[in-house]
Amino acid sequence: MKGRKIGRAIAAAGIVVCSLALLQRILTPKVTDGIIERALIAEYYEEAKDHDVIFIGDCEVYENFSPAVLWEKYGINSYIRGSAQQLIWQSYYLLEDTLRYETPKVVVFNVLSMQYDKPQKEAYNRMTLEGMRWSASKVKSIYASMTSKENFEDYLFPILRYHSRWSDLKLSDLENLFQVPRVSHNGYYMRVDVKAAGSIPDPVPLAEYQFGSNAYLYLDKITQLCKDKGIQLILIKAPSLYPHWYDQWETQMEEYAKEHELLYLNFLECTEEAGLDFQTDTYDGGLHLNLSGAEKLSNYFGRILTEKTAVTDRRGEAELAAVWAEKLAVYEQEKQKQYIQYGVN
Amino acid sequence: MLFTSYQFLEFLLLLFLLYYLLPAGWQWKILLGASFLFYFYAGPVYCVYIAVTIVTTWFTGRRIEAVRAKRDNWLQEHKETISKEEKKSYKAAVKHKTWILTLCCLLLNLGILAVVKYTNFVISNLNGLLEAMGSGKSLDFLNMIVPLGISFYTFQSMGYIIDVYRGTVEAEKNPFRFALFVSFFPQLIQGPISRFGDLKKSLFAAHPFDGRTVCLGLQRILWGFFKKLVIADRILTGVNTLIHNPEIYDGAWVLVGMLFYALELYADFTGGIDITIGIAQTLGIQVTENFNRPYFSKNIKEYWNRWHITMGSWFTDYIFYPISVCKPMLKLSKFSRNHFGEIIGKRVPVYLSSFVVWFATGIWHGASWNFIVWGLGNWLVIMVSQEFDPLYKRFHDRFPVRGKFGFRLFQVVRTVLLMSCLRLFDCYRDVPLTFRMFGSMFRRGNWNIFLNGELLGIGLSAADFLVLLAGLVLLVTVSLLQRKGSVRERIAGLPFWGRFALWYGLFLAVLLLGAYGVGYDSSQFIYNQF
Repeated sequence: MKGRKIGRAIAAAGIVVCSLALLQRILTPKVTDGIIERALIAEYYEEAKDHDVIFIGDCEVYENFSPAVLWEKYGINSYIRGSAQQLIWQSYYLLEDTLRYETPKVVVFNVLSMQYDKPQKEAYNRMTLEGMRWSASKVKSIYASMTSKENFEDYLFPILRYHSRWSDLKLSDLENLFQVPRVSHNGYYMRVDVKAAGSIPDPVPLAEYQFGSNAYLYLDKITQLCKDKGIQLILIKAPSLYPHWYDQWETQMEEYAKEHELLYLNFLECTEEAGLDFQTDTYDGGLHLNLSGAEKLSNYFGRILTEKTAVTDRRGEAELAAVWAEKLAVYEQEKQKQYIQYGVN
Repeated sequence: MLFTSYQFLEFLLLLFLLYYLLPAGWQWKILLGASFLFYFYAGPVYCVYIAVTIVTTWFTGRRIEAVRAKRDNWLQEHKETISKEEKKSYKAAVKHKTWILTLCCLLLNLGILAVVKYTNFVISNLNGLLEAMGSGKSLDFLNMIVPLGISFYTFQSMGYIIDVYRGTVEAEKNPFRFALFVSFFPQLIQGPISRFGDLKKSLFAAHPFDGRTVCLGLQRILWGFFKKLVIADRILTGVNTLIHNPEIYDGAWVLVGMLFYALELYADFTGGIDITIGIAQTLGIQVTENFNRPYFSKNIKEYWNRWHITMGSWFTDYIFYPISVCKPMLKLSKFSRNHFGEIIGKRVPVYLSSFVVWFATGIWHGASWNFIVWGLGNWLVIMVSQEFDPLYKRFHDRFPVRGKFGFRLFQVVRTVLLMSCLRLFDCYRDVPLTFRMFGSMFRRGNWNIFLNGELLGIGLSAADFLVLLAGLVLLVTVSLLQRKGSVRERIAGLPFWGRFALWYGLFLAVLLLGAYGVGYDSSQFIYNQF
């Protein structure tokens, strides 16, 4: 009798756990809903962790650099851990998370997020944080990122956050239950379409141009972490025409880089040198580069990496070359698919 | 810490672990600590207010007992030497002394309540007067902190001191135990208003872990969460849209708003009380029931015997009866009988006492005229209904419909509609506006809103309406089943998988259909505000 009771209790607990896990999977938004950033961050864990260069930062890294080009042209094995409006503390904890698996030679950090000193939006937080595997870094990143209306429990059990999606469920939610299609190419999100840069809004005068203390705190942490691990940190500002990058911000970054003996590259100042043409190399009017732009910029940056860092050409490593061969094939397929989809010649 | 917040659930979990893992003798002390932690979390300053109430009430109770003990000793010592008259006079003097002590305690604590809750109301009325007199001056409003649940714990404490004065309960010797009675966190902020005599036995007793009781308590908490999160907080968007935009939503919308509000208030308040009683039950503590299926009442008087029962009985025991039998009232009654005849004479004390009770009920709910008018509206309906008794009797003599399903249904619907109409004062919080909106129901003639899909434009989607309809059906079904006793007890009699399906189904309903988390503005329980 007692054994039967225990058996029933175990069966009931099993039903509860399995059904809740299934419901959570069904209700959590999928890549097919257009929220690709969660997958961008999560895809890293499926990789062999042997990268020479790791990019961290917001959309200005995952849409502007192509690791495929860095490999093809320079034999640099790189990965982009980027996500939309990735805040600097999220970048720091993502780097901390990455260093649990590997120690790259170079870390590239896009400094646009220095403008944010406080948590911003829950939706963007989710894009970065949900894709991370559970670790102390993820917990710390959640606590650093939560807005006043958010709860840690909602991250721990996403069903609590997405419970109300039941009324918006589509067939695709069931179709992609267990298989998540890959959306990135080593963290790069490809777009081949073109929307030429038109009139860029005039910069809005700011009340305060000084970057916040919290942003500096995490920039210091990133710098220190790289120093401790013997990693060369490169600060970059990607060549996006908008949001505006103010001169006062530029000065602060230059001073910081000088003070900490870091390489700082503002690609906005070398668009011509990189061969960028904002009539053809952007898919959203200058906010982000399209494939053509990303490949040009990567080509340009690859040369700098080989000249100014310790990264070496690894195309001679057979095993790695084989992995990349497969990746390049997928990259090429995606290109062709998008050319047709967007009608680009 | 809202009852529906994750923090509260974590707080409860930790409390349960400590409560049942540590020695049973520590249980009430753990509860006291938890109660103050809960209150401190709401606002550290609040603790000062509740501490003043605890200390003064406990001290007064002890003083009353001490005075009585001294009286008894003195009478014992002098029983051979004093006359009956002396004895009577001595007793009267002691009674007077205990009355003075009680009165001081009442004045102090009700005074605190009055000052923090009603000062700005008084100032606003004075400003109105000054403006009417054209003085051109106005008084500044005070930035007063209204401690969470002050109306509830003050009434509970004052009930205690009156009971001690009356000799119906013994004053608590241990100030910390008394502190727990006043501050017991599940009922601190929305009641029920417990009596010391009812609560003390289970509150201070040791409770070994009893799986069945804990299960029943958890089930009650879950049911409370269903009412609050699935029904009350879901319909809240619609209610807010309707009552905050009276210039747009008049006419038939007023009917929609008042019915929605009736559902929201019921689900919100009874849900909160279910959570309160459920928490207490999981701790082995019995808290007085506060509702008895009020929307099945046949008239308003019955409704008030079944809605917020502990508040109603508090007003009856501590205001209505004392006023009805006080000397001036008896004199007035006698005067009325002599001058206006028996019929009016015997009504005067009842009507006057009821008037005071309903005025107090109104102002207890909030420091504004809409609540006072709402309270007096209830009084008027009850009194008029009482006056119509002979008419009803004649009707029933002629048409024997009493007890028939259709007539009972009519009575229930009438009561719900009447209560909902009166609650418009609570919805709009403005007396002239309420009358205007009520009148618009009969003038506007926009009844097509029920058919033209406009109902989907008040912030509630078709899915929301579906959930609300299902929730309402479940509420009514459970209420009907409750006529034959506890539904939880009956479910407990089902086979394991039947029980599992029902409770896990309810849990999933709360989890998936509840209006909580980011995207829903967390709404505190309506009665937290009183």
